Amino acid sequence: MEIQKNGVKINIDKDNLKTSKKNKEKRVPYIISSLILILIITILISFTIGRYTISLPQLLTVFWGKIFGLSPSWPQTIETVLFNVRIPRILVAIMVGAALSSAGATYQGLFKNPMVSPDILGASAGAGFGAAVAILMSFSNVGIEIMAFSFSLAAVLISYMVSRVISRSNSAVMILVLTGMVVSQLFSSFTSITKYVADPESKLPAITFWLMGGLSAITSSQVIVLLIPLTIAIVPLFLLRYKINVLSFGEEEAQAMGIDTGRIRLIFILCATLLTAASVSVSGMIGWVGLIIPHIARMIVGPNYKVLLPTSLLIGGIFMLVVDNIARCIFVTEIPLGILTSIIGAPFFLYLLLKGRKGWI
Amino acid sequence: MKVIVLVSIFKKGEIVMKLEIKNAVCGYGLNTVVDGISVKVESGEILCLLGPNGVGKTTFFKTILGFLKLISGEITLNDENIQKFSKKNLAKAIGYVPQAHTPSFPYKVLDVVVMGRTAHLGMFSSPSKRDVKIAEEALETLDVSFLKDRIYTEISGGERQMVLIARALTQQAEILVMDEPTSNLDFGNQVKVLAQINKLAKMGLGIIMTSHFPDHAFLCSTKVALLQNNNVFTVGSVEQVVTEENLKAAYGVNVKIISSINRQGKTIKSCVPLIN
Repeated sequence: MEIQKNGVKINIDKDNLKTSKKNKEKRVPYIISSLILILIITILISFTIGRYTISLPQLLTVFWGKIFGLSPSWPQTIETVLFNVRIPRILVAIMVGAALSSAGATYQGLFKNPMVSPDILGASAGAGFGAAVAILMSFSNVGIEIMAFSFSLAAVLISYMVSRVISRSNSAVMILVLTGMVVSQLFSSFTSITKYVADPESKLPAITFWLMGGLSAITSSQVIVLLIPLTIAIVPLFLLRYKINVLSFGEEEAQAMGIDTGRIRLIFILCATLLTAASVSVSGMIGWVGLIIPHIARMIVGPNYKVLLPTSLLIGGIFMLVVDNIARCIFVTEIPLGILTSIIGAPFFLYLLLKGRKGWI
Repeated sequence: MKVIVLVSIFKKGEIVMKLEIKNAVCGYGLNTVVDGISVKVESGEILCLLGPNGVGKTTFFKTILGFLKLISGEITLNDENIQKFSKKNLAKAIGYVPQAHTPSFPYKVLDVVVMGRTAHLGMFSSPSKRDVKIAEEALETLDVSFLKDRIYTEISGGERQMVLIARALTQQAEILVMDEPTSNLDFGNQVKVLAQINKLAKMGLGIIMTSHFPDHAFLCSTKVALLQNNNVFTVGSVEQVVTEENLKAAYGVNVKIISSINRQGKTIKSCVPLIN
């Protein structure tokens, strides 16, 4: 049944009423704003909880005082905890969550597969090996991070170079997945070797704990150090995000629609890898986030990367912050982050799948 | 409404596009599959590529689209060598309608069609309202506007084929290359797609389509290129190429070509295979 109103055809039929996607589109700005709101609220709550509790009024007094340069009417400990411990940790948690989710979303589009995680090209395995070697050689924390970062990038570089040698453009994506798998396995095995030769009293536990992930050693300097590669990587990703939609239809179709697929794929891999490498070298190996957050985002706003990328970013930041809060607050000793993301993430995702929302409603 | 659609999609007006393939040698690396074929396609013409499996139809059109490098020979569009075109400019000239397939993500139909505008977007842009409007008009032209808000992965094969044609229209290319546009479609949808192809040609597009059915040549082509094994090509008008001898040589089957008159008094032909 068609009605013509002011030159605009309105189709009214049962199908359209049931699946009125047009209205869903108007939801998107509200979703983004609510996510930002949730993030802010979560941040405020995160400031207050922890082994040293800070009440909300105290928190606001400190901030007010700091902004206006008033003389401190609060105990020094609050200030130390807040600015040297909690704020850096909260910021890093958000950045790592946002970075891994964006990288995961990008890789899923690139590899045309919603089951892909940022580890697919070997970034995590490489970082694990770099950190293990650094711990073995008694490097400082900074040294460990640098080694993790370097080996993370090296692993992806190897995957990419080898895939370029093997294939021409047509099956480039599939070959990349295979070389990524091989490189990941290789670096995992190397990491096992380091664990094997490590001193079981001191080095082995250190390696094991690093590999499980955690943000307990975060200092304020690391916030800046993490911010630089993340900004460098996220800006091009954001600007180019519409093209991921086209790439997800396949190599040939994307080329036929005017995209230089080889070049743009390289840019996306570089950016996503930088995001993953930087995050993992600071936080240790945190899996699962890059895989499920984009899924959840897709269930809410759909697969269009124009909105999917910012949504994944926000949900990832919130999720990681919440999980990190649980990691440091729920028990007396801290639970490694990697363990928590799996324990919380997996059943939560299963629950979403079981509710029948397999895709975009 | 239809007049407005014509003007807005085909801003180029009365320019005639001529795609010329001169002695093209196509293949993969050192393997030559098609050796020295020459054919011309102009605006308003439909070239049907016929031939048995594996003879090189796909290789040929992939070379035209730039997915494969031309080994030797020339392909020109209005006398400009398209090998020199950037991917973007090539996309603005030649559009690709692949066989309908299932993509990995559940995009809305309108979003799929709007992706056709990619060739016209800046590096960092996403589609504007005008781009969406062009996409909606393309859906309108094919009489499938009702699919606009449906999910692409949930519609039928025939409907997906129409969406892919709409996407190529949105690209505003003058030449369309269609890969077996009726495969996996039921009889009714096959006829509908062929009717739309005829309509697009009348609107001024040049179309190259591969097909497994000589009947399609009768239904909607102006030119045919029949590729046979051993590097034999027969290029010409439908009457010249689709003959019982040529089909026997190409496919190895006996056929009878029969003529009839339709309701408007026009001669229509069909190809009937002679089994046993």
